[in-house]
Amino acid sequence: MDLLLVARLSFAMSMAFHIIFAALGIGMPVLMLVAEGVYLRTGDLDHLALAKRWARVAGVLFAVGAVSGTAIAFELGLLWPRFMQFAGPVIGMPFSFEGFAFFTEAIFLGLYLFGWDRLKPLAHWWCGVPVALGGAASALFVLDANAWMNSPTGIVMSGDRVLSYDPVAAIFNPMWGEEAFHMITAAFVATGFAVAAAHAWRLLRAPGDTGAARGYWPALVLALALAPVQVFSGDQSSRDVAHNQPTKFAAMEALDHSGPCAPITIGGLVDQRTGGASNALRIPCGLSLLLAFDPNAPVQGLDLVPADERPNVAITHYSLDVMTGIGFAFVFMAVYAFWYRWHAGRPPMQRWFLVAVVAAGCAGFIAIEAGWLLTEVGRQPWVAYHLLSTAKAVTVASNTIVPSFIGFALIYAFLAALTAWLLFRLGERREPA
Amino acid sequence: MSQLEWLAALSGFAALTAYVVLGGADFGGGMWYALASGPRAQAQREAVSRAMGPVWEVNHVWLIFAIVTAWTCFPAAFATIYTLLAIPLILALAGIIVRGAAFAFREQARTAGTTEIPFGAAFGVASLLTPMFFGLGVASLASGAAWWGLFSWSVAALAVSACALLAAVYLTVETTGGVQEDFRRRALVALGITAICAVVALVPGTTEAPRLAAALMHGVATPFAIGAGVLAALVALLLVVRRFAGARAAVIGFVVCVLWGWGVAQYPYAVVPTLRLHDAASPPQTLLLYAIGTAVGMVVLLPSLWLLFRVFKGDPQIA
Repeated sequence: MDLLLVARLSFAMSMAFHIIFAALGIGMPVLMLVAEGVYLRTGDLDHLALAKRWARVAGVLFAVGAVSGTAIAFELGLLWPRFMQFAGPVIGMPFSFEGFAFFTEAIFLGLYLFGWDRLKPLAHWWCGVPVALGGAASALFVLDANAWMNSPTGIVMSGDRVLSYDPVAAIFNPMWGEEAFHMITAAFVATGFAVAAAHAWRLLRAPGDTGAARGYWPALVLALALAPVQVFSGDQSSRDVAHNQPTKFAAMEALDHSGPCAPITIGGLVDQRTGGASNALRIPCGLSLLLAFDPNAPVQGLDLVPADERPNVAITHYSLDVMTGIGFAFVFMAVYAFWYRWHAGRPPMQRWFLVAVVAAGCAGFIAIEAGWLLTEVGRQPWVAYHLLSTAKAVTVASNTIVPSFIGFALIYAFLAALTAWLLFRLGERREPA
Repeated sequence: MSQLEWLAALSGFAALTAYVVLGGADFGGGMWYALASGPRAQAQREAVSRAMGPVWEVNHVWLIFAIVTAWTCFPAAFATIYTLLAIPLILALAGIIVRGAAFAFREQARTAGTTEIPFGAAFGVASLLTPMFFGLGVASLASGAAWWGLFSWSVAALAVSACALLAAVYLTVETTGGVQEDFRRRALVALGITAICAVVALVPGTTEAPRLAAALMHGVATPFAIGAGVLAALVALLLVVRRFAGARAAVIGFVVCVLWGWGVAQYPYAVVPTLRLHDAASPPQTLLLYAIGTAVGMVVLLPSLWLLFRVFKGDPQIA
């Protein structure tokens, strides 16, 4: 059995689980602050009820996010101790900052969730602000660490030996800004759609439910307004990747041939040997145009990369297609929804559109998972791009890898089912003000 | 060790201390939740929920802080510990996940109109297992002996009973009336068990952890051992005369003495006897950045923590 693969799957499972709750933990505080803000401005008790409902959901999601985050903190050491020893001196600090951000978030979430009766209304609302800021800040710092893995500045090596560490240079690595912006935006879009989807689901079953209608549009606006922003961010991210990680770029675009007039390749059947895709939809010179606005701009393909340094092209390429496809679909939804709102004077709630919103609620998270598959699988075989291979990072306590994978898979499956069931029950409940 | 290394080591150990004093009580709370009995069992469970609700997630961030400090400042020690103690750490992690989820779900299960019993049971069991596995790990670090040996198990028992003791004493401050009396009795029982465990641990300790035992009995850690003994007696006295706030201060002092006695005996090793802290340390530029970053972070954190505890740990609720 390939223990490295099991270790990777194990960690991927923890990350795939955690990112859902982390994303919701970034987005939901904003929504609950908006709802409570409307209540404070207008005195509308229905908005207070909405705020309390969203806060209660946020509390459950936050708890699951916190324990799964703890799991990742442990698994970094359990599965990848050699990576941690290598990288600790340069990217330990972003994690330390993330710890402080999360600390602040947890404190003020405690005040917010349990202080409805103990704090004055305005003070209570202000307690929600550090929760929202802390969530975004946590993401900012943790993505600094991930960006470093993609563009590892601040370490000078001679062969396998580290000569010097520069932690400040590591923190300000080139991929940090765009990666953080892209993920935080994704969190808001996915949360907006997920919450709107929950309300849309209810509206489909009980069309007159004013409570459901009240929460529907604010959540949807959050997602739709940011959907075009995310597409621009994705474009910028692609240039970042092309510049800093040409191998990942070539893999995600299934580009088997280096040279000018590189095509955009959508779908197709990927051939790992060549790194290309047959029977794909191609836009001639499209890639060169997108990257450098010049159809003759050369783009590096996988032909220049030794076979043992190439990532899994199929996963990387298809993940890109899924993520961008969903991203563009969201933009079309946004255009339609805002046009309808302007034209009809009310939010779109036709049956077909509500079904589309429910689908978008799932698709947002599918896009996030696809994006993470792209960036993590696309970085292989490196854990720190061109500095440390994943194979050299894995633990030597190999007898723990398979049992812990099985054990945690069971725990996560159980936890996911339980969370879904509990959220469903909470959603059904009529919230008293 | 250099000054920066000292700063980092003390900072990490302070975080660990905060985790034991605060998070340890959460574990104890979970145990008392599952062991609630007598005519006021429901009130006991509610006292635990009320005490833990706003603060439990915050309390457990100290663990993350200690882990990140180890990783950033002593990465070789971090890697070695996670390799040698992989199994108890995995099991402790499983406990943490189950515990946190069970507690959060238990809160909402009642709201959602369903039974909380299975969540309460999971919460209680996991609350016992996590400190047990941490205790096994710490014993192994301190002695170099196997984590499944007799010494390790006796330290694990000590860890579990100390958590129960902390929780029971804290809860006497946060309750009144009959429930307060319940926790007072429980605190006295837990104190007795903790004292016995501490003494019993020395028996395998002299053979399996000779360095630690020597330091505690006639070495650098002896003042802490004596302090622990004195404070344990003080806790007993204050519980008997019902001076609960004083008992809380004394029990915190007791746990700090036990923990720091271990820490002082452990120095200069990260892992006895193979890895010294100094040899595991990061370069000075990292340690300096850590020192500055932590100081800045504390400026935000400490006032926020004060606010949280002030709002929720003020007056006791009527049981």
